[in-house]
Amino acid sequence: MHQALTDLWYGFGVALEPHNLMWSFFGVLVGNLIGVLPGMGALSAISMLLPITYTMHPVPAFLMLAGIFYGSMYGGAIGAILLNLPSHPPHAVTCLDGYPMTRAGRGGAALGVTMIASFFAASFGITVMVFASPLLVEAALKFGPTEICSIMLLGLLAGGTMARGSPLKGIAMTVVGLLIGTVGTDVNSGVIRFSFGFPELTDRVELVALALGLFGAADFLRSVNRMKFIGNETKVRLRDMRPSRAELKQSFFPMLRGTLIGTLFGAMPGTGPTITTFIAYAFERKISKTPERFGHGAIEGVASPEAASHSKTQVDFIPTMSLGIPGDPVMALLLGALMVQGIAPGPQLITEHADLFWGLIASFWVGNILLLILNVPLIGVWVKVLRVPYRLMFPCALFFIAVGVYSTNNSLFEVNEVLVFGIVGAIFMALDFPVAPILLGYVLGPLVEENFRRALLLSRGKMGVFLERPISLTFISLCALLIALQVFFAARAAWAKRHGRPGTGFAAAPARAVPPGD
Amino acid sequence: MRVLKNKRSRDYAGGMLMTAIGLAAAFQGSSYQLGTLERMGPGFFPTALGVILAAAGLAIAVTARFTQYEGELEVLAPEWRGWACIIGALVAFVVLGKYGGLLPATFAIVFISALGDRQNTLLGSILLALGSVVVAVVVFWWALQMQFPLFQWGGG
Repeated sequence: MHQALTDLWYGFGVALEPHNLMWSFFGVLVGNLIGVLPGMGALSAISMLLPITYTMHPVPAFLMLAGIFYGSMYGGAIGAILLNLPSHPPHAVTCLDGYPMTRAGRGGAALGVTMIASFFAASFGITVMVFASPLLVEAALKFGPTEICSIMLLGLLAGGTMARGSPLKGIAMTVVGLLIGTVGTDVNSGVIRFSFGFPELTDRVELVALALGLFGAADFLRSVNRMKFIGNETKVRLRDMRPSRAELKQSFFPMLRGTLIGTLFGAMPGTGPTITTFIAYAFERKISKTPERFGHGAIEGVASPEAASHSKTQVDFIPTMSLGIPGDPVMALLLGALMVQGIAPGPQLITEHADLFWGLIASFWVGNILLLILNVPLIGVWVKVLRVPYRLMFPCALFFIAVGVYSTNNSLFEVNEVLVFGIVGAIFMALDFPVAPILLGYVLGPLVEENFRRALLLSRGKMGVFLERPISLTFISLCALLIALQVFFAARAAWAKRHGRPGTGFAAAPARAVPPGD
Repeated sequence: MRVLKNKRSRDYAGGMLMTAIGLAAAFQGSSYQLGTLERMGPGFFPTALGVILAAAGLAIAVTARFTQYEGELEVLAPEWRGWACIIGALVAFVVLGKYGGLLPATFAIVFISALGDRQNTLLGSILLALGSVVVAVVVFWWALQMQFPLFQWGGG
């Protein structure tokens, strides 16, 4: 306890160094700006700026990337509430009640509540992170290759099956990602795999190219001429942002509950942010005395999911940094950025790179305060940015993608990779496959293979080793439970449908708010 | 494009695509050395993944057979002009980047992709592209000092 506070104090020292503070500020500002832009989310924002960090010191680089992440989440909420545009899927559910509030003239108050809820939830998440990380590390130090392999299996399975859409398709996409991760030279034998004769592919597939292809180019291919521009005449002024006393009172407990739900889900590796916000919303509606208000501008429906997504984001950093298991695609991308910097995520990270870890935690607080300060005067600017039409935005974004990817290796080959993954991603999306698990598979692939090989080498080729060691057995049982639950829910849904009964309402309801581009 | 107009045939197509990718990966993977469980060769992991993917693809197709689909399907009209322009813009960036330099490549990628949107006019696209060229010079070439010549002839 005392140790954690001392470490945190040290972290604030790192985060408040002028150089680091500047990058953190730059990150939240750019993240907020890009998050506001229609059709751009945290993933595209981070991957576009990832190339700059390759030449930076790891600490400011990572502070900036994390800043972009939560900055774009703040920005995403603005688009969702004012324009009914969820640029980042977790905000889809915020549209349901945020946009009706805007139409009723309370959009400013919804934004104000969002900011309060986000800040509160993030602070709570950070506190959990400060005290839980060292405990998790202690446990994680007992992990050998067998345990790492099983927990990664759990993470991949959860990431694939808990995404939106069919679990089988999610698993297929995860495996595709794992396969993309095997491209390149095998570290153990030096054999070159799946290079298709391109010398550039003897190294791995470029992380930035994969992410920007799947989440940039593919998205443009899917949204061009289809993204409807919704003109908005909303004017939000500073004094509109202050929620009334009644609204604050109404949103206090939903905010608390949302924060707890987010924290719970953040601790589970592999559960995506979208599912978290949907559950927070559904839960709030279920316990509400007036569920019929939901969907027509209930402030609880804004406060709870936004709080959930922010506390989850912070708590998600725990398994990402201390176990090396990313909770969602954005975390996978950040993990990839760490590895590019030559830092291996895992239990040793906190002790070996204390400045990075504690500096990052402290910078969360600093960054969230910066965001709070930034968003108050800049809200008018963001409203104007929201009006940038898609038809002007996507050509410029495509240009930034091309130049950004070029700069990773100063080679045009990576731009071709973007093109290929863009087309492949668009085809997958057209066939209703979720593409996010690909990134998860790609980042974890080499780690899974390495640990799988090592585990079986140690056990002399006996697969039973995964069930013999207690920690590993726990994870494998959780995997089995996850699959069993999926099968059970699928069977129950099919049964209910066959007997003409409508399913549980909330599962279908939020789907309306998701735009075709997602 | 007809397969995309029906949820079931969409899932059939998706499942078959996954099976095809899985089988291809397993086939190619098995050409590297497989090894044993104790000492796995470089081919073991890719081959296993290929087999799993093929199985998942089959499972998708089989469950599609037994699923009762409901709700209307958003049918999106093919958008050939937008697709051609976005793909063309990226190809133009690579080709002009190699044989012309950063400036022509920048102009081409923005100009061509902007033409992909039906609401953009010719003049508007040119202006947008010229604006991006200014950004390219100021931000990437001058401020970030990127290793990408502004002009070059015949591949560097």
